[in-house]
Amino acid sequence: MKIRKTKYTGAVNLAAYIILSIFSVMCVLPFVVIVSGSLTDNAIIVSEGYSLLPKGFTLEAYQTIFKTPKDILKAYGVTMFCTAIGTGIGLVMTTLTGYVLSRKEFKYRNTISFLIYFTTIFGGGLVPWYFMISGVLKLKGTLMAIWMPGLTTAFFIILMRTFIVASVPDELTEAAKIDGAGHGTIFTRVVTPILKPGLATVGLFLALGYWNDWFRSSLFSTSQSTWTLQYYLYNLVNRAEALRSMANQSRITIDNLPTEAVKLAMAVVATGPILLLYPFVQKYFVSGITVGAVKG
Amino acid sequence: MKIVKETMVKRKRTRNEFFYDLKKNYILWCMLIPTFLFFLVNNYLPMVGIYFAFIKFNFKGGLFGSPFVGLSNFAFLWKSNILFDLTVNTILYNLGFIILGNVLQVFTAILVSQVTSKFFKKFSQTLMFMPYFVSYVILTVLVYNVFNYEYGLVNNLLSKWGMAPVNFYGEPKYWPFLITFFYIWKNLGYGMVVYLATILGISKEYYEAAEVDGANTLQQIRYITLPQIKPTFIILLLFSLGSIMKGQFELFYQMVGNNGLLFSATDIIDTYVYRATVTNFDFGMGTAAGLYQSLFGFVLIVAINFWIKKKNPEYALF
Repeated sequence: MKIRKTKYTGAVNLAAYIILSIFSVMCVLPFVVIVSGSLTDNAIIVSEGYSLLPKGFTLEAYQTIFKTPKDILKAYGVTMFCTAIGTGIGLVMTTLTGYVLSRKEFKYRNTISFLIYFTTIFGGGLVPWYFMISGVLKLKGTLMAIWMPGLTTAFFIILMRTFIVASVPDELTEAAKIDGAGHGTIFTRVVTPILKPGLATVGLFLALGYWNDWFRSSLFSTSQSTWTLQYYLYNLVNRAEALRSMANQSRITIDNLPTEAVKLAMAVVATGPILLLYPFVQKYFVSGITVGAVKG
Repeated sequence: MKIVKETMVKRKRTRNEFFYDLKKNYILWCMLIPTFLFFLVNNYLPMVGIYFAFIKFNFKGGLFGSPFVGLSNFAFLWKSNILFDLTVNTILYNLGFIILGNVLQVFTAILVSQVTSKFFKKFSQTLMFMPYFVSYVILTVLVYNVFNYEYGLVNNLLSKWGMAPVNFYGEPKYWPFLITFFYIWKNLGYGMVVYLATILGISKEYYEAAEVDGANTLQQIRYITLPQIKPTFIILLLFSLGSIMKGQFELFYQMVGNNGLLFSATDIIDTYVYRATVTNFDFGMGTAAGLYQSLFGFVLIVAINFWIKKKNPEYALF
């Protein structure tokens, strides 16, 4: 069948291209400004402002950052450690729970699902939780306070259960059971191997959460040794701002403040790995969102 | 007497059944242990701390030694109008986010589905999804560099065009728009993917039949696409309505921070609780505001769910 092109079809198509181009540019432009700013001479930023292409190209800001790399490498280390251990443990936990909740022979699966869902609609709030972690468990100042509370969420568990129900046919687990396999064997030898897309999706969601975390680091850090990369950046930005406004009010000049270019370079360094990996992992996020949306 | 006996027997039976299941499925129960501990520590045990909402905190007594003051924390929050203002801000912002966000996501998804070039389809999706991946701290850097008074991008352009610069960080009136804009900016790609998946799931036969009948693209969107994504739209809308009392803490805190000049237009319950706790160490007040938020939100969800169940049971949340 030959599709008839009406004049509307052409116009709608053209409009779609134009509007989507505008949206795409708006989503990406800020990143371009940050990267170009980090490569611009700081004096030019202050006198002329930002531009899309770096004026007075210089790597000075990056050189400043990596002249004393100890702090930033430490922050990188903290973030990588928390991301690795949190994603690893969290993924195992989430998958195990998803598996149990997808078993039809498990009578209490609805009760437990509800108990997990309930935490999303009612809770004690920030203060009691903070007291639990720092006062009762005495985790303040440790890395565990940063990775433990992010291990899983109700959303991840439900997502994983949906993945298992959708990708592991009942016949397969039934057959394994008849062959004498227990739940441990079924889980490790039957379910996990065909669950790879689900594992990748939930794992990446977990890793993204850990990589971007600054909140728990800000709540539970007692010294700079547990600052995550994002919290390090946060401090760099805000401390510079506070010092500058103080200096402006008292009309003194402070040297050695991180310049605008350094802040931007730091933002690039903190985000770099995510944006480099992003094109390769995007499809897993898309599949996760799609599966999650279908069954909620 | 008979009824009492029956319920007792029943209770005994359920308890026995539970232990029977524990014995029979002990491997499954063991698999749940880490998650059980996780939710116990992070969600269920902290509920005991709701008690803090009824104390006047001082450092000498600590959390359990400070004097019990009954409902006076709530009374203070209520009388000083703090609670009312926070609630209005939280709900209005969330309504804006939900309605504008979903409409724009649907709009973008339809546009992407109309594009014929495969490359452009992929490319624009990738670009629009990007903001979702960066942390909110980057948002601070970004917003500050675009809107600050001295050399921000906007003020630079304004002065280049011979207009007076605007002090964004000193005037609350701009922030509802800025915050809503950046919320949509960050979540456009994520929501779009959901709707796009629904659109791609619509059977091609509908469109072919419409084509034969001479329907143009706009008519196809109006009479096929939109009705087909309506269920997804409603479900997502209801889901978000359920969390209308929950603020986007990271978004607000990273964009506004502790800039008191802007609070009248930007303070939501979550940021208030955070400041009461972390900056002022007013643990009683912080817990009280948090508990109010949790309870109000809970009642709202149950009410919405009840209403949906009556109207259209398919869409019920639980």
